[in-house]
Amino acid sequence: MELTNYLYLAVVLFALGATTVLLRRNTIVVFMGIELMLNATNLALVTFARMHGDITGQVLAFFVMVVAAAEVVVGLAIIVTIFRARRSASVDDVNLLKS
Amino acid sequence: MTTQTLSLAPWLVATPLIGAALLLLVGRRSDRWGHWLGVLASTATFVIGLVILLDMLGVDAEQRVATSSVGTWIDAGAFTVDLGFQLDPLSMTFVMLVSFVGTLIHVYSVAYMSHDRDRRRFFAYLNLFVAAMLLLVLADNYLLLFVGWEGVGLASYLLIGFWDHKLPNAVAGKKAFLMNRVGDMGLIVAMMLMLATFGALDFGTVLGSAEAADQGITTAIGLMLLLAACGKSAQLPLQAWLGDAMAGPTPVSALIHAATMVTAGVYLLVRSGPLLEAAPDAQLVVAIVGALTLLFGAIVGCAKDDIKKALAASTMSQIGYMMLAAGLGPVGYAFAIFHLVTHGFFKAGLFLGAGSVMHAMDDDVDMRRFGGLARLLPVTAITMGLGWLAILGVPPFSGFYSKDKIIETAFVGEGWQPWVFGTAALLGAGITAYYMSRLFFMTFAGRRRWLIGEGAEARHPHESPALMIWPMIILAVGSVGLGFALNAGDRFVHWLEPVTGHAEHEEPVLPIWLIVSLTLLLVVVGAAIAFRQYAVAKVPTTPPPAPALVRAARVDLHQDDVNETLVMRPGQYLTRSMVFADRTAVDAGWLGLAGGVGRLGSWLRGWQSGYARQYAAITLGGLGVIVLVIWLVATAG
Repeated sequence: MELTNYLYLAVVLFALGATTVLLRRNTIVVFMGIELMLNATNLALVTFARMHGDITGQVLAFFVMVVAAAEVVVGLAIIVTIFRARRSASVDDVNLLKS
Repeated sequence: MTTQTLSLAPWLVATPLIGAALLLLVGRRSDRWGHWLGVLASTATFVIGLVILLDMLGVDAEQRVATSSVGTWIDAGAFTVDLGFQLDPLSMTFVMLVSFVGTLIHVYSVAYMSHDRDRRRFFAYLNLFVAAMLLLVLADNYLLLFVGWEGVGLASYLLIGFWDHKLPNAVAGKKAFLMNRVGDMGLIVAMMLMLATFGALDFGTVLGSAEAADQGITTAIGLMLLLAACGKSAQLPLQAWLGDAMAGPTPVSALIHAATMVTAGVYLLVRSGPLLEAAPDAQLVVAIVGALTLLFGAIVGCAKDDIKKALAASTMSQIGYMMLAAGLGPVGYAFAIFHLVTHGFFKAGLFLGAGSVMHAMDDDVDMRRFGGLARLLPVTAITMGLGWLAILGVPPFSGFYSKDKIIETAFVGEGWQPWVFGTAALLGAGITAYYMSRLFFMTFAGRRRWLIGEGAEARHPHESPALMIWPMIILAVGSVGLGFALNAGDRFVHWLEPVTGHAEHEEPVLPIWLIVSLTLLLVVVGAAIAFRQYAVAKVPTTPPPAPALVRAARVDLHQDDVNETLVMRPGQYLTRSMVFADRTAVDAGWLGLAGGVGRLGSWLRGWQSGYARQYAAITLGGLGVIVLVIWLVATAG
């Protein structure tokens, strides 16, 4: 199978994630969109590693996974805290920093 | 001189300075005894001076010049300035004049200021003045002299505006201070030129190498020194402050604005003699300034009805004589200082007499409201009369010896100069006789004009207390005998020779007997006219209509108008246009820039909507732009 197909898949997944982030209001779903984008990136990195016969991309993918795991923990904690404080899971309700 | 005596020199400055510091720091707690502390400090200074003088008189003329250094003041590589004191006949003459007349005036002030609740502060300033003046004359370099120079300016400012609860007094103090600043700039520029040319500021180096220096430079330095002298000594064109300075208490006018501080300019020029001799053009300008001022002051003095302002105009005129003498070169230096000393005595005496008259007349200064006071104030009348005869130059009073020498010296020389300077000095003597006689007759002779008009019954003129009388008597004795005592055998000229150098006697263009008799004739004529107008004729209590010259002289020959038109208004216009330019060009530029940054910020603030998804969209858009740029660069490369 052509390796570029993996890249196409990664692009599609990234676009899906980005669309989710931009269009959905539910924080949990937005969060899932971000995860999707991260994993699309991972897929692209691994594919490039195979294409160039170099493991740098794979190592980088591991780093992204580790960071993503940490980010999930922190992110979910923040979401839960905000939900408790504001009784809402909508990203649009979190706008205290606006001008 | 012995080293012990030399080591006393700093104490001449330190003693009154300590007095001033104590009086100012201890404050109101010293109100009850503060004035006596001031007198004590001044007397102690005089005694120290006397010890040094006696020691100096005991050695040969060549050994009378000595310097003693307390330490290094400024040490900047090749340039060093010492805290050095120069003891020589010239500085000792000033030390004795300042401390002796100063002490007398301290004593006088104890009584004169007895009703003033700030008498202690007054004595602190007087002490400060004595310290600064002695520093001025004792310094062995121009920079230390400048410290004293500024110190006397400060004391003068503080004392002119001593009664600063009255606005005109405060304004007069400010005027004196500002006009003196103009002169001080001259001294600063002169010092910069010296530093650039000679690399040092001490008298020894500067005056020693003046002869070899470029004449253009020495002329510039000489003119700058003259500017400084004009500021301090109230000479044209910086003369306008002296009349207003009479706003200060009368003892101040006597000590600072007649006997000592205003003569500092003459001291500066005589001290810088070798420098001026290396610059004949500057020397000529000095003489011209002196001649002009002596006539200017004399003319103004003829029309003043304010007794203190008439005396101030006279001071200006007499210092004009000294400047004229100082501008005549080594032949004149000794006579300039001689006249300075005798003038210090009789003018201080006249001022103290004026203070005594004011004391009797409830601080009235209008001579048109005086008259017939001789019988009521006999001691004042006699002491002022002796001072009057002295300033007229009647033999054998002291003014005769000093002023006559200056007139004779003014006639020495070649070309047009002796005729012009000599005539000016001669005319000045005649006018002096007129206005001083006018002052004397208006005050002591004629009708008792203070009995006319309102409040006359309340006036009971009485003689001043002993503390005021005795200083006047002592000064009057000086006015009588000092000239003869110092002139006998040219004693004073020889005394100053270590500093001024030996000057060969030169014959004037006119025979001396003719000059002397012309002078005396003019003096008698001037006095006689004044006698007819102010002792015999009735003196109106309000200024009568008068010809244009008299009207101009009443307002100081329009000196304030000239200053306002030539300096003040253009200066104000300049500052206003500077402010305008600053606002429209400089400020507008920066304010515009700041406004632009502010508007940019406001616009950017609009992007902070608070919606996380919008931020995400912007981030994504930015990512897209970056990718696009990279792609474009990659394909182009």
